[in-house]
Amino acid sequence: MSEHTFAIQGASCQGCAGKIRRALETVEGVEQVQVDLDTQRVTISGEANPDALQAALQESGYAADPPATATPSAHSSKAPAADASEQQLSISGATCASCVSSIEKALRHTPGVTDASMNLADRSARVQGSASLDSLIRAVENAGYGASAMHGDPQQHRQHQRQQQQAHYRQLLGHTALGIGVGGPLMAWGLLGGDMAVTDQSRWAWLAVGLVCLAVLLVAGRHFYISAWKAFRHHNANMDTLVALGTGAAWLYSMAVVLFPQTLPVSARHVYFEASAMIIGLINLGQALEVRARGKTSQAVERLLDLGAKTARVIRDGEEQDLPVEQVRTGDTLRIRPGEKVAVDGQVLEGDSQLDESMLTGEPMPVRKHSGDTLHAGTLNQSGTLLYRATAVGKDTALAQIVELVKKAQGSKPSIGRLADRISAVFVPTIMLIAVAAALLWYNLGPDPRLTHMLVVATSVLIIACPCALGLATPMSVMVGVGKAAEAGILIRDGEALQTSAKLDTIVLDKTGTITEGKPAVSGILCSDGQQEDSLLALAAGLEAGSEHPLAHAILDAARERSLTRARVTAFQAHNGLGVSARQGEQTLRLGNRRWLEEQGIAVNLDLSALTDAGATPLLLARDRQLLGAIGVADRIKPDSAEAIARLRQAGLKVVMITGDVAASAHAIARQAGVDEVMAEVLPADKADRVKALQAQGATVAMVGDGINDAPALAQADVGFAIGSGTDVAIESAGVTLMGGSLHGVADAIAISAATVRNIKQNLFGAFVYNSLGVPLAAGLLYPFTGALLSPVIAGAAMSLSSVTVVSNANRLRWFNARKSRGDTP
Amino acid sequence: MTWIINLAGLLLMALIVWWFWLARREPGQRSEDGEFHIRVADGVYDPATLHARVGQPLTLWFHRQDPSPCAEQVIFQGLDVSAFLAVGEPTAVRLTPGQAGRYRFTCQMQMYQGTLIVD
Repeated sequence: MSEHTFAIQGASCQGCAGKIRRALETVEGVEQVQVDLDTQRVTISGEANPDALQAALQESGYAADPPATATPSAHSSKAPAADASEQQLSISGATCASCVSSIEKALRHTPGVTDASMNLADRSARVQGSASLDSLIRAVENAGYGASAMHGDPQQHRQHQRQQQQAHYRQLLGHTALGIGVGGPLMAWGLLGGDMAVTDQSRWAWLAVGLVCLAVLLVAGRHFYISAWKAFRHHNANMDTLVALGTGAAWLYSMAVVLFPQTLPVSARHVYFEASAMIIGLINLGQALEVRARGKTSQAVERLLDLGAKTARVIRDGEEQDLPVEQVRTGDTLRIRPGEKVAVDGQVLEGDSQLDESMLTGEPMPVRKHSGDTLHAGTLNQSGTLLYRATAVGKDTALAQIVELVKKAQGSKPSIGRLADRISAVFVPTIMLIAVAAALLWYNLGPDPRLTHMLVVATSVLIIACPCALGLATPMSVMVGVGKAAEAGILIRDGEALQTSAKLDTIVLDKTGTITEGKPAVSGILCSDGQQEDSLLALAAGLEAGSEHPLAHAILDAARERSLTRARVTAFQAHNGLGVSARQGEQTLRLGNRRWLEEQGIAVNLDLSALTDAGATPLLLARDRQLLGAIGVADRIKPDSAEAIARLRQAGLKVVMITGDVAASAHAIARQAGVDEVMAEVLPADKADRVKALQAQGATVAMVGDGINDAPALAQADVGFAIGSGTDVAIESAGVTLMGGSLHGVADAIAISAATVRNIKQNLFGAFVYNSLGVPLAAGLLYPFTGALLSPVIAGAAMSLSSVTVVSNANRLRWFNARKSRGDTP
Repeated sequence: MTWIINLAGLLLMALIVWWFWLARREPGQRSEDGEFHIRVADGVYDPATLHARVGQPLTLWFHRQDPSPCAEQVIFQGLDVSAFLAVGEPTAVRLTPGQAGRYRFTCQMQMYQGTLIVD
């Protein structure tokens, strides 16, 4: 069997993938078709003729134009999607099909290249062969286009992005030095009593200074002016518009003073070159600090990405080889040794080991894994060697999905930020209007020198206003908060879930699997007169042998532990929610709850309180109309449930336990767990209604459950918490997914959400207060009292600090410790 | 002189209102195959106005050239779609608008602004 890989284009959805699959499956010899929408490739395994495949692909309308490489693999049926000698380039300047063919030609003629294909859709080229990256880039450049390395390896990609960020940071610092280096001495001159007014003697000197400042503006402030102009042409205005207008106005006014002093009154012949240069320097400094601070906001995702292993030990054709993790395919067999990271998701075939999964689930205890258990990429193998089969690779691994989910959540905004969003959208033009209006007011009503005052006021208003602080207030905190939660194994689906989690007042906990372990065990047996525990258990085990119910497992386990032989029964019948029945000879055996047995006319004359008081569910066993005894099956409470519930109650939440169990055993568990209220004997289907009833009373309700059986209740609640889902992140009904099984996760999630919302409020408050105080101050509100206007340079410094403050405040969340949060405010 | 400066100021204010809020925007781009290439540089998305049909699967390739963190993320308001954009590499955002309407896409600070018009 061989494999053929073709490039496709234009396939954007599963519908397209389906069409391609159907088109190719009609070709004789095709066994399997895999369409990868992300890389725009299709891989066909089987014995089909490549020409026929290409023809079918052309007919489907998704063939890449021109047809790209078909790479039959001679050695192995599992050829890696990206050959080790394959390189990817990002191409710029290509706009049409003819560009594509000249780029491909240039690449194919490069020595060492065996094949090259370009995808116009994503402006990328794939090149096979041994040619060096430099020679490929040169070849493309010689053909008149641009090329750069495209990083398939995510770590390399991030490295590249980090380098870009560093370069940008250094550039901003350079611009800062230039602006402050020129503006600083000028400002010092003015402050130390130097004359900033233009006289006949100083005119030429000021002209020279003006030209030097122009050079500074054009070098260090170039990006502001270009951006402002482009935005203007798009009928947009952004922060750069404000900076460009403010500094531009200061420079133009000063130049007008130098060139045409006679047209202005003597008192207005003052230059502000230093302000223009200083402002440019300070705002560059602010941006540099922001780049630094922002790098930290995405650290959580970076850390998750760093969990991924780079190589994997793959066993192919009986040989073990270390391969880059991108080359591992589903179905491959891999070996992992102690101390190594799991490379891809898989299922253990052989071996026994302890794995540290804390990086995903937040649970510190290592987990024992043996044959049949699942492994997750990014977790750490501690003790033994395991052989496992890859079940999900690349972006299908749980780790990759977690990263995607976190990134998506980081990009979503809670409604608390909506007002700021609305203001941001109209902020800059509004500030421009205020600047003009303030200037006119000063011109008409202000004292002399009126022209100078107009300029100072307009410039200060433009410069001090900071749309960034307002725009960043919410998203920065969400980014850090969601990331922080992810590090603790808590996946918050979106900003809304985060905001609601912060204002909950009632929390409904499902009992089984949430408060308790979810693994019931036999806790006690009561016998009617003349009955023996072992014979009772053997009968019950016989009855439950065919059942899948968790209670049945408990009984079968107990019988196995006591080495009992199951009784042989016939005509087994399960009575949903009531019990089971079967026949033994002529007699009918029944095992089930009290109500059902009583309905069958069986007198229950045993005192069951010994079982129910300990929180066990009694299963009663009867032969015909005679009660033989009762088996108590109890689910143990998780060791940390009571402590976590105490934390929730301390946080002011009303904690409700919901269960299908009988009231007596439910109350027993409730007592151990320490909840406020119990809802017992609730059928699974009615849980959502109970949540609804609480909401109708005005409560903001969280439901905590397992995400599968409790899905309707989770969806009904204001926030659904799916608990102990392992790494199954695809639980749509849950606003918050807890990968670990501990209820502390719920308390942590609520604490982190509350801290994040508090942080957002601080940021929004700060940004609103800053702008609503800063703008009137800059407009000269204090002049009647102080007799001075705010210097545009001070306005520039305030503005560049304001957005850094917001980002830094959001960063404080990184140090928030949910478990020590009682009473703390981050 | 006084009335010239006042008139100029008022005219300037009127121009600001007209240009940024009232004037007709660029007609925008429509793509039959649902693919758009958007340059992210110098404070603007180019093109900034995209037209699409309801249910049309779209692939928006963002080519981010601006290394400043402002351009880092694109958020589609009301569509629950967002993406982090890599510098110097195209980033694909795939979405299928289910309802007609105007959806703004912006950076986090809303300094970069674009509109996806679905009809």
